[in-house]
Amino acid sequence: MATTDDVKLIGAWPSPFVMRARIALNIKSVDYEFLQEQLGTKSDLLLKSNPVHKKIPVLIHGHKPVCESLVIVQYVDDVWASDQPILPSDPYDRAIARFWAAYIDDKWFPSLSGMARGPTEEAKKAAYEQVVEGLALLEDAFGKCSKGKPFFGGDRIGYLDIALGSFLGWIRVTEKMGNLKLLDEAKTPHLVKWAENFCADASVKDVMPETDKLAEFAKMLMAKAKSAPPN
Amino acid sequence: MADEVVVLSAWPSMIGMRVKIALAEKGVKYEYKEEDLANKSPLLLKMNPVHKKIPVLIHNGKPVCESLIIVQYIDEVWKEKNPLLPSDPYERAQARFWADYVDKKIYDAGRKVWSTKGEEQEVAKKEFIDCLKVLEGALGDKPYFGGEKFGFVDVSLIPFYSWFYAYETSGNFSIEAECPKFVAWANRCMERESVSKSLPDPHRVYDFVSRQKKKLGIE
Repeated sequence: MATTDDVKLIGAWPSPFVMRARIALNIKSVDYEFLQEQLGTKSDLLLKSNPVHKKIPVLIHGHKPVCESLVIVQYVDDVWASDQPILPSDPYDRAIARFWAAYIDDKWFPSLSGMARGPTEEAKKAAYEQVVEGLALLEDAFGKCSKGKPFFGGDRIGYLDIALGSFLGWIRVTEKMGNLKLLDEAKTPHLVKWAENFCADASVKDVMPETDKLAEFAKMLMAKAKSAPPN
Repeated sequence: MADEVVVLSAWPSMIGMRVKIALAEKGVKYEYKEEDLANKSPLLLKMNPVHKKIPVLIHNGKPVCESLIIVQYIDEVWKEKNPLLPSDPYERAQARFWADYVDKKIYDAGRKVWSTKGEEQEVAKKEFIDCLKVLEGALGDKPYFGGEKFGFVDVSLIPFYSWFYAYETSGNFSIEAECPKFVAWANRCMERESVSKSLPDPHRVYDFVSRQKKKLGIE
């Protein structure tokens, strides 16, 4: 098991997908070099390490690249297997965790993006309703997965906590900029409490960006999108 | 105690075929229930309320949804026979990456080939072949995507082969001419009983696609 091998992560601080990899590495107490991409350009190392998608995050472990955030999280869990498991041990619980993580990536996150990037006000409103509906489903899933414990993974942060929790910065920015609530004490009380616990966790607190800093970044992105064609 | 395994699927679905292949690889007996997607059963809606889609695996009454998640579940529960995911963590990551690539690209690219015409179809054909070429690159000189053994990526991809005749006839092109290595890999997979018994006859798929085209008003 190559724990002394060189570990690098290509990413960027605002990206929730990159954050997933960082949280996983933190859970396993793995030291890594964080190589930040500049907005608007893609480094040669990124293009060489992820020729298929050309996207961050990319984990480079002993010169071998691993791409796709959830693939990286599972890889980190497999390599540094000895303590603090990220995926549950029971196959059925694993399938449920994977199901909701896939739901978040395939359905829920596109709706969250749609709230800001929808082509019309109607589209944005529809996206908002889908986001709220999704959070209701996740509130229900939390009840079933956590079994009374603080996290989806139980006593400690697990795969599904990472998959959803990585979006908390952007959820807060969306709430602040839209002057609305997504996580709500009345509708999603468990998720509200979970979010606090997640953000306070040792493996998360240094990599979760402050809401104000992320909001500034979001405004800058929106201004850029208006003034230039997307790349 | 005997396991009770039920699969809800629809015979043309390449995504559903993945589950059948995985169960066959493991020698697991199961009850198959054919779904009419225009008239979904109460069981399907109850077992997959979030997406209301096939395939669904029901193991001792508990549902597992999403085909690649189901295949991983099958691999983990019936772990003694024919492991589908490699044991090496890096190889596992590669297998997950490429299965994800198949999911993101092949279904939509293939669908565009049969459901469009003219210039749009020419673009779709090129995109489809480009994706197959990327996969050929990943395969390299290995007999299977996982190396010497038939595995996770092979399971995720081989079902699309049953649709090739329909794509080729709709698009008036030969996939083998463009991607001979890919077709050689596919024929190798078809030699496995788990695959040949799980894939429908390509002509039956073609008839199905013809009916779909009529319904969508494409000729």
